[in-house]
Amino acid sequence: MLTAFYHLLLRDLRLALRSPHELANPLIFFVLVVSLFPLAVSPTPDALRQMAPGVIWVSALLSVLLSLDRLFKQDYEDGSLDQLMLSPNPLMILVLAKVFAHWLLTGLPLVLIAPLLGLFMSVPNHALPALIFSLLLGTPVLSLIGAIGVSLTVAVNRGGVLLSLIVLPLYIPILIFGANAVDVAMDGMRVSGQLLFLGAVLALALSLAPLATAVALRITAAR
Amino acid sequence: MWHWIQRFSSPKHFYVISAKLIPWFAVPTALLMIVGLYQGLFVAPPDYQQGESYRIMFVHVPAAWMSLFIYVVMAVSAGIGLIWQIKLADMVAVASAPIGASFTFLALVTGSLWGKPMWGTYWVWDARLTSELILLFLYFGYMALQSAIEDQRTADKASGLLAIVGVVNIPIIHYSVVWWNTLHQGATVTKFAKPSIDIHMLIPLLLMALAFQLFYFAVILVRTRNEVLYRERNRRWVRELIEQL
Amino acid sequence: MPLLEVKSLECRRDDRLLFEDLCFSLSDGEVLQIEGANGSGKTSLLRILCGLRQAESGDVCWQGQRLQEAREDYYARMVYIGHLPCIKGDLSVAENIRALLDTRSQAVSVDVIEQSLARVGLNGFDDVPGKALSSGQRRRILLAFILLAKAKLWILDEPLTALDVSGVALVEAMILQHRATGGSVIFTTHHGMALDGGMRSVALGGASAHKQTSQTRSTTELC
Repeated sequence: MLTAFYHLLLRDLRLALRSPHELANPLIFFVLVVSLFPLAVSPTPDALRQMAPGVIWVSALLSVLLSLDRLFKQDYEDGSLDQLMLSPNPLMILVLAKVFAHWLLTGLPLVLIAPLLGLFMSVPNHALPALIFSLLLGTPVLSLIGAIGVSLTVAVNRGGVLLSLIVLPLYIPILIFGANAVDVAMDGMRVSGQLLFLGAVLALALSLAPLATAVALRITAAR
Repeated sequence: MWHWIQRFSSPKHFYVISAKLIPWFAVPTALLMIVGLYQGLFVAPPDYQQGESYRIMFVHVPAAWMSLFIYVVMAVSAGIGLIWQIKLADMVAVASAPIGASFTFLALVTGSLWGKPMWGTYWVWDARLTSELILLFLYFGYMALQSAIEDQRTADKASGLLAIVGVVNIPIIHYSVVWWNTLHQGATVTKFAKPSIDIHMLIPLLLMALAFQLFYFAVILVRTRNEVLYRERNRRWVRELIEQL
Repeated sequence: MPLLEVKSLECRRDDRLLFEDLCFSLSDGEVLQIEGANGSGKTSLLRILCGLRQAESGDVCWQGQRLQEAREDYYARMVYIGHLPCIKGDLSVAENIRALLDTRSQAVSVDVIEQSLARVGLNGFDDVPGKALSSGQRRRILLAFILLAKAKLWILDEPLTALDVSGVALVEAMILQHRATGGSVIFTTHHGMALDGGMRSVALGGASAHKQTSQTRSTTELC
C-alpha cells in the first residue's frame, strides 16, 4: 500500500519534471498577478503593505485553482485513471499520493517564492515567517479541496469555470485565516491562533477530502 | 420497514400520494402567511430604535433560516440517494436547490433593504449578509454542476456529493466569516443579534417562519412531482397519464 | 463455482435500455466473446464487470462473492484494457509499463520487461518515449502489460484496435496460451478472431427505450 503511494508519487513528479515549462506556469502566474496590484492601485509602500496579505493570498488561491486541472485531467483522458481505480490498493491512498505530488509541484513553489513577493509588496521582514507558515499550512488544503472539485468536473467539457464556481466558496475560510495571519503579524501580534486554525483545517481536509475525492472519481468513472 | 420505504419512494407511488398531500401544506401556508403578515405589519409595536423599518425582519429572518435549512435538507437527501440509491431522494435534492437559492436571494435582498435605513447604504459586509452571499454561491455551484453533466444519474451523484461537501464546510465558512467580521468591524452594533425580543414581535416571527416552512414543503412536493414526470416520461405509467388528459 | 457470474444485469444509458436480465457465467479456462452492434452496450457491460460502472440492477459475483465485497481480491487477479491507451507521452516504454504495474503493486525487473516487449514485437523499445509511438505500438505496450500482470481474468475491450495482421495473431496466441494455463478471458471485438477450440459468446442488442423486451441471448445458457 505504501509502495503504491510512493510509486504513484514518483511517477507524477517524474512526469511533471519532464515538462518543466508547465511546472513554472502557475508560479509565473502567481508573481504576475501580484505585480499587477501596485500598477492598478498604488505603488506607495503604505498602500502596498495594507493590501499585501489579501493580494498575495488571493493570487496564491487563483494560481492553485488554475493548476488543479493537471491533477486528474491527463489521467482521465488517457485512461490511466481507470487503471488507478482498478488497483487492489485503496483509492484514497492513491488519491493522497496524487494530491501530495500536486502540492509539491504547485503549492510548495508558491511558499518558497512568497518572501520575494513579500518584498514586492513591502511586507516587513518580521511578518515573513507568518506569510510562509500560513501558506505552508494553507496551500495543501487548497490542493485537497481542489481535488474533490476536479474529480467532479474532469469529465465535463469546458469545466474550468465550473470548477472555480464549485471550489472557490470552499476556499474562503483558508483565505480569511491565511490573510489575517499575515495582517496580524505585520502589526507585531501573535499569530499562533490563526496558524492553529489552518492546521486544524488541514487535519480535517487530510482525513476527509481523499475519501470524498475517491467517491467523486468513482462517480465520474461510472458515466 | 425497508419494504415500506421502497414502496413509498417509488416515483409512481410518490406521484399519487403527493397529490393528496399538497393542499394540506398549501392551505395552512396561505392562512399562516396572512395572519403572520397582519400581526407583523399592524399588530406588533414599532421598535424603539428602528421605528417601522424593522418590520422587514418578518420576511428576512425566516428566509435566512430557510436558506440554511433547505441546504441541509438537500445534502441529507442527496446522501440518502447516494448511499441507498433511492432515486426519489435525488429528485428531492435537485428540486430543492432552486427553492433554497430563491430564499437565499430573498434574504439578501431584504437584508440589504433593511440595511439602507440602518447603515445608509444597501450593502455592508456584515457577517450574516456575507454568509448568505457565500451560501448563494454554494447553491449556484450545485446547480451549475447538476446541469453541466449530461447523464442524469451521474449528475445526481456528483452534485449530491458536492452538497455533502458543502454542508460539512458551511459551519467552518460561517464561523470564519463571523470571526473575520468581528475582527474588522470591531464594536459596531449588528442589528440582527437581538439580545431579547418582545413577545408581540416573536409571535409573528414564528408564524412567518412556520408559514415559510410549510410553503417549502408544498413547493418541494410540486417540484418533485414535476421532476418525477420529466424523468419517467418514457415509462408506461406516465404515458398512460398523458393519454388520460 | 464459476469464476465470474453475472446475475440479471440491467443497464441503461440516458434512459435508453441497453440490456436487461442478462445472465451468464465464466469458469476457469474459458474464453467469452461479447457480441453486439455499435451502441449495444458492450463497453458498458465490460465496465460494469470491472466495477467501474454500476448496473441499474443485478449483481456481478467474483468466485461467489459480490464484486463490492471482493474488490481487493478481484482487482489483484483481473486486468482490464479499455479503448484508451493509458500511455504517458513523457514516460519511456519501460516506465509506462512499470507505472501500470505499480498501481497493481507488482514489481518487475528490467529483464522481464524486455522479454515481454520482445514477445509483443517491440524489441529494444524500452527507452523510447511514449509520444514517439504509433497507436498500434501503444496497443502492443498494453499487451505487454497484460502479459506481466499475471492476472487470472482478462477483460479486453476491443483488443484488436489499431493492430496489424501480426498483432491480431499475437492477441490470438496470447489468449490461447492464457486459456491453456487455466486463465479466462472476456473480450469484445468487431474484427474476426479465430480461436482453435472455439469459444462461447454472449450477444447484446435489440433493446430499445420503449420496447421493454431484450434480445439478450447467450449461445450456451439463458436464465
